[in-house]
Amino acid sequence: MIEDIRAILKEHGRLSVDAGALAVDADLYQAGLTSHASVNVMLALEGKFDIEFPDRMLKRGVFESISSIQAAVEELTAGAK
Amino acid sequence: MATQYSSEELYQNLVRHKLIIPVGVPGAFGRGAVFEDVLARFNDVVTRLAKNDGAEVMAFPPVIDRQVFEKSEFLDSFPQLAGTVFSFMGNDAQHKELSQRMHDKKPWADLQSMTGVVLNPAACYPVYPSFTGTVPAEGRLVDMQNWVFRHEPSPEPTRMQAFRVREFVRVGTPDLVVDWRNMWLQRGLELLQSLGLPARSDVASDPFFGRGGRMLAASQKEQRLKFEVLIPVISEEKPTACCSFNYHQEHFGKIFEIYTPDGALAQTACLGFGMERVCMALFKTHGCVPSEWPKSVRDILWPA
Repeated sequence: MIEDIRAILKEHGRLSVDAGALAVDADLYQAGLTSHASVNVMLALEGKFDIEFPDRMLKRGVFESISSIQAAVEELTAGAK
Repeated sequence: MATQYSSEELYQNLVRHKLIIPVGVPGAFGRGAVFEDVLARFNDVVTRLAKNDGAEVMAFPPVIDRQVFEKSEFLDSFPQLAGTVFSFMGNDAQHKELSQRMHDKKPWADLQSMTGVVLNPAACYPVYPSFTGTVPAEGRLVDMQNWVFRHEPSPEPTRMQAFRVREFVRVGTPDLVVDWRNMWLQRGLELLQSLGLPARSDVASDPFFGRGGRMLAASQKEQRLKFEVLIPVISEEKPTACCSFNYHQEHFGKIFEIYTPDGALAQTACLGFGMERVCMALFKTHGCVPSEWPKSVRDILWPA
């Protein structure tokens, strides 16, 4: 899953650093993730993992690092089973 | 007795007192002489308050360069609010068809083409290209009154398709910009309260489009980037934003290549008084006849 998240960040995150080399707990906003880019990352995650982020998860904290994204995706895919 | 709020009643009162002039399409009504006098007087009060701030005064038409509009990323956030200007660029035969279709009440939009201008979607947008380059150490401050277009037709009088905003834009280092915004937040609140208006300020968010927009709005609120001074005009529970403060951080600095003397990207913030909304708040609170308003309010707006 981490590799999928990195690939989505590479394609949609418009980061100023290589998403492949980022630590999983690195701050993505510090790495150049803008609010608009985080929306595109969110939509790409929904497509890739066939999930829908509920309103309560549409906030900055959920998209602040690779590990926080992973936790959110795990929670949503677990709920789908 | 507690004040009763009703959008329809306020609209009817404004019409009956010739403060606004219905034109057919919602949100595009005319303004009468008394309305315009109140608006001009409030504008003067703002000018007096800001006279020692050292702002450069600028005026822009109600359209902006489409390339500036595209760079600003407005369509990424608010596609539903934008109004792009189209015009006829065809030949004689196409003109004949355009006239014919219009008289036959058939669709004719496809016979027009996109022009190089867009209706100005936000009062601060026209100024940013003029900041490109390095701003002085003390930053810059611009004072404008611009017409703004928003495609949100509504019978509700405070929701207009075209309206005026008295706008100030600050550009410089983060400290300069945030201190200035905080100073004006207090000043704007006190100004409206001094006019007897039940104003309060709150954190706010812009009407971003769609699901992604809900995320942008939540992020904007979480970062406390937007504040509004709110006054009940048509509803007690949903007071009307009469003054709005946006802190853009480096958004426009990045887009328009604006720097501070140390080479860092400049930050920007703006504040705008919704001029018609302030007038309507005054009419709702004090009545539709300004000569009958409290002396304390008249003394501020019509000083001797």
